[in-house]
Amino acid sequence: MTTRHDLSRRSLLQGVALTAPALALGVTGPARAATTTIGFIYVGPKDDYGYNQAHAEAAAVLKKMKDIRLVEEEKVAETADVERTMESMIRLDGASLIFPTSFGYFDPYMLRMAAKYPKVQFRHCGGLWTKDKHPMNTGSYFGYIGMGQYLNGVVAAHATKTKKLGFVAAKPIPQVLVNINSFAMGARSVDPSITVQVIFTGEWSMPVKEAEATNSLAGQGVDVVTCHVDGPKVVIETAERRGMFTCGYHADQSRLAPKGYLTGAEWNWIKVYSDFAEGMKAGKAPGNFVRGGLSDGFVKMSAYGPAVPAAAKARAEAVKAEIMKGGFAAFTGPLKDNKGTTVLPAGKALPETAVELESTNWLVEGVIGAIA
Amino acid sequence: MSGADAPGAAAREGPGGALPAAAAAGIGILPGAAAAPADRWYPWRRAAEAGLAPIAALLAAFAAFAVFLLLLDKSPAEFLDLVWRGAFGSWFSLQNTLQRAAPLLLTALCVAIPARLGLVIIGGEAAVALGGLAAVAAALPVLGGPALLVWLVMAAAGAAAGALWIGLAGWLRARRGVNETIASLVLAYVGLAPFNHLVEGLLRDPASLNKPSTFGIGDALMLPALPGTDLHPGLLAGLAACVLSWVLISRTATGFAARVTGGNLRAAQLQGLPVQKLMIGACLLGGGFAGLAGMIEVAAVHGRANASLIAGYGWSGILIAFLSRHNPLAIIPMAVLLGGIGAAGGLLQRRMDMPDATVMVLQGFIFVAILASDTLLGRHPWFQPRRAES
Repeated sequence: MTTRHDLSRRSLLQGVALTAPALALGVTGPARAATTTIGFIYVGPKDDYGYNQAHAEAAAVLKKMKDIRLVEEEKVAETADVERTMESMIRLDGASLIFPTSFGYFDPYMLRMAAKYPKVQFRHCGGLWTKDKHPMNTGSYFGYIGMGQYLNGVVAAHATKTKKLGFVAAKPIPQVLVNINSFAMGARSVDPSITVQVIFTGEWSMPVKEAEATNSLAGQGVDVVTCHVDGPKVVIETAERRGMFTCGYHADQSRLAPKGYLTGAEWNWIKVYSDFAEGMKAGKAPGNFVRGGLSDGFVKMSAYGPAVPAAAKARAEAVKAEIMKGGFAAFTGPLKDNKGTTVLPAGKALPETAVELESTNWLVEGVIGAIA
Repeated sequence: MSGADAPGAAAREGPGGALPAAAAAGIGILPGAAAAPADRWYPWRRAAEAGLAPIAALLAAFAAFAVFLLLLDKSPAEFLDLVWRGAFGSWFSLQNTLQRAAPLLLTALCVAIPARLGLVIIGGEAAVALGGLAAVAAALPVLGGPALLVWLVMAAAGAAAGALWIGLAGWLRARRGVNETIASLVLAYVGLAPFNHLVEGLLRDPASLNKPSTFGIGDALMLPALPGTDLHPGLLAGLAACVLSWVLISRTATGFAARVTGGNLRAAQLQGLPVQKLMIGACLLGGGFAGLAGMIEVAAVHGRANASLIAGYGWSGILIAFLSRHNPLAIIPMAVLLGGIGAAGGLLQRRMDMPDATVMVLQGFIFVAILASDTLLGRHPWFQPRRAES
């Protein structure tokens, strides 16, 4: 046993002895070329057919751009691990722009690294940046994807026979609730008798519960399903096996459900990333607070699947054209939540950019399910 | 004491009286003790054997992995170079490794200590989470107090919560005969439920909209880094806990009683050892260490309790404990090894364009090799005790 202990001490000493030359290398390394090194950090696998894939696909496009060097790391936990990854990208790869893409990376991890490396730019996906509160070498970008789910709802309403839609959701947080409500509003704009059954799994990625939830929805007669979890793969595949229709989320899942995939609300991050990268090359720091929705090109819809009827396409395209004009308000008063409380008085309308939606804590009328 | 003793334990000898009897019963706690006067180098050769076997295993694992890399058309030399640079090759990399190892030292003890009594406890994950949560909950009422006091309160609360949770599994085993492995595993999932409930409900900071978290302890109360480094004091706590646990197990009467219990439960009962107390105590201690790991994560890294505490430290601890054969001192190099693989993993992904799973494959190779190397122990005669000439 003592030998093992000695071994660890020896490697420790070796490490310390190597410090000086390695540090010197680290200083000269990054500064050599005119290329911009950009670091991407993902919380899950890059090919999850979901949140992470949406970012990774955009990163792959970015990689092909001139004078851009891309370094990527997947499955990085929202702990001190992500600090080490950021620091490693800065110190060992010479990254000058870092995209920690998961929501939980921001505080305190990214903020701590931003204070330590003030010359490096950090842009976080999630919309948490506040002027005067957070440093200027940090920032956030985010998209309004609620209208994508609204369009999902419009198409789903045409496809359903049972008038029962299903929603597999991760956690009852505002972003997720807005998506559920938007999906329900879209469907009920076509047929007000439609209901949306929601099941919360409680975790961002819990494949077993997601499959259970989908099966349980099928058992209750639901025939169109969508979701908001990190990787929709399990939900979409399970629904396809159960002969249900599906609406995608985060990325394009049509390959997983060739028969039942209707359409999907996808992120189009390349718009943001290429703007940022071009700016960096021109010596301009990326914007600190960047947001957009369908009409800004931040969000796009999957191509319609074979099961989508012509009437659905026509209706969805008409609504989409309306949304593309900007300022479209899906939530218009009078509006009640599913407990009968008025959440929006008559005459009031909330477009997707409304600040009120960011603290949503209600499920709209027509949604079956409870937050707590 | 009698109430806690195992039924049927008739003998009323103290642990001291049990010593020679247990050794004579062939439990093998002190092999070579009888031959010691004649073969004074045996303990050293035995230690060398224990150290050489895992090193050989490590080399074999890397060799096998090199073949795997060649099949993937990647360069093993580049791979080794990157592992070295990413994990140990510079002060930054070494700190990266040690930071990752820090929580694992404590969670590995949560498995290793009960394991010395023959208990397989695998529920450390919940003890970490509940320890972190309890630390925050205990800190909130005393936030105005001096930092040292707040830290002590947090540490006590965190350790107590972890101890309670794992101790419960130990109590179920000792007093109700419930299998401790299943109990601790199920309790791990049960424990995460109130954790989520409180973080997303009662203790939630309403400002944490999309990532539910408790109220924070504030920057002023965060544990400072060790001077001149980025390392947090959790590393020292982990190292101290490993050394103290080793002393407890290898150099005290209580530890000896624990090892006797692990070696042969019936014999321990016959000797009148307080088997049930030892079992519950080992679980309390192990759980306390895991809870402390949670407290340190909160006080040194996150500043609040949220889902980031459920990062798999408890599960990794199981791996490390088994790799170190439940020897608290061996936990240190094994945790550093695992931390190093984690630290190098990122660089490998970035430079060699390999998925994160590649590192999992390497880990798999290493673990299988190290566990298999156990069978080499005791095979070579050179390492065996020499017979005394009389």
